[in-house]
Amino acid sequence: MNQKESLFSSKNLKLLTAPFNESNPVIVMVLGICSVLAVTVKLQPAIVMGLSVTIVCGFSCLIISLLRNTIPNRIRIIVQLVVVATFVILIDQVLKAFAYQTSKQLSVFVGLIITNCIIMGRIEAFALGNKPLPAFLDGIGSGAGYGAILVTIAFIRELFGSGTLLNVRIVPESWYIQNGGFYANNGLMIYPPMVLILIGLFIWIHRSFNKNLIGK
Amino acid sequence: MENYISIFIKSIFIDNMIFAYFLGMCSFLAVSKNVKVAIGLGIAVIFITLITAPVNYLITKYLLSEGALSWLGESYASIDLSFLSFIVYIAVVAWLTQVVEMTVERYLPELYQQLGIFLPLLAVNCAIMGASLFMQERDYSNVGEVVAFSLGSGIGWLLAVVGVAAIREKLAYSNIPAPLRGLGITFIVTGLMAIAFMSFMGITV
Repeated sequence: MNQKESLFSSKNLKLLTAPFNESNPVIVMVLGICSVLAVTVKLQPAIVMGLSVTIVCGFSCLIISLLRNTIPNRIRIIVQLVVVATFVILIDQVLKAFAYQTSKQLSVFVGLIITNCIIMGRIEAFALGNKPLPAFLDGIGSGAGYGAILVTIAFIRELFGSGTLLNVRIVPESWYIQNGGFYANNGLMIYPPMVLILIGLFIWIHRSFNKNLIGK
Repeated sequence: MENYISIFIKSIFIDNMIFAYFLGMCSFLAVSKNVKVAIGLGIAVIFITLITAPVNYLITKYLLSEGALSWLGESYASIDLSFLSFIVYIAVVAWLTQVVEMTVERYLPELYQQLGIFLPLLAVNCAIMGASLFMQERDYSNVGEVVAFSLGSGIGWLLAVVGVAAIREKLAYSNIPAPLRGLGITFIVTGLMAIAFMSFMGITV
């Protein structure tokens, strides 16, 4: 075990990339759907949210992993919550200071990162029993895998729901019916129920390609 | 009085925690396989929300928000501790969850067995934390409104989880494409139910 591992050995790299496909936190492990899907109406808040979760998840895992031998088992949940909450407060203050509009759009969902199951799940399942570096990479990977789903859904919703991406118009104005064209936005896309149906479809497609996940 | 009733009804149907904000989805997906367990967890959620949101409201009003400490004396009037609200809220929720867990274990051991890991996990249930954060965000003017809101959102959560659990019990007998079975179809069913709930306020597509 004393053998020194390089920073990006294949094992560490796997920790970083696995969450994008076979162990994606959202569509495979179904963690963290809770708070944040409501921010996927537009692409920009979704990107900010994905980044925030990645940062909080990575650094909380790092800190918990550093402390793992000193935390008494009985009170570990409270310790974890305090560490996560501290990072969330930091993110919240930074957003309020430098991106006030986005922070208003995200409203309560920044605070809800605390109760995001991905973070608690990764801490419980991985960071408590592993060295700091793998724990950090695992946290970053899980957060980013989550962000990837968030951004994909926001991409679909913003493109079909409002015809824009990052507030830049993609569908030309002249296509719209009121301007004499043939196109209309799919209004249902900007309503919350569509997210649930989209995720259902994602799971369907993903499992059609990964047969071993079927039947759980 | 009318005010309280309208907040109550609104938080059950229109601002439903699951269908409008996706809060509490993790435990929702896990316990909605069985109606009985769903009812048990739903009642625990109602109870915890009903206590935590008003308690957090009082803490915010008299300790945390800007100028809230003025009752201690002039020199405290300028202190603004509102940045601490997240950490205080989660502490209150975690504490009450612990109390509920011990009570259920002592007096209702059967339910305790059924709920398993999901009872302690209520500490990180977004529906409960979300209720406290929405309470802060929406600026309710007195405790009565907060009580009406938290009771309503708890009941809304119970309604959603029991409804979907009843559908899932029936779905077990239907012929669904294999990759869609389990999770996939649950999401789609929840989405369809959410569309039904949306029609309480009317849809304009």
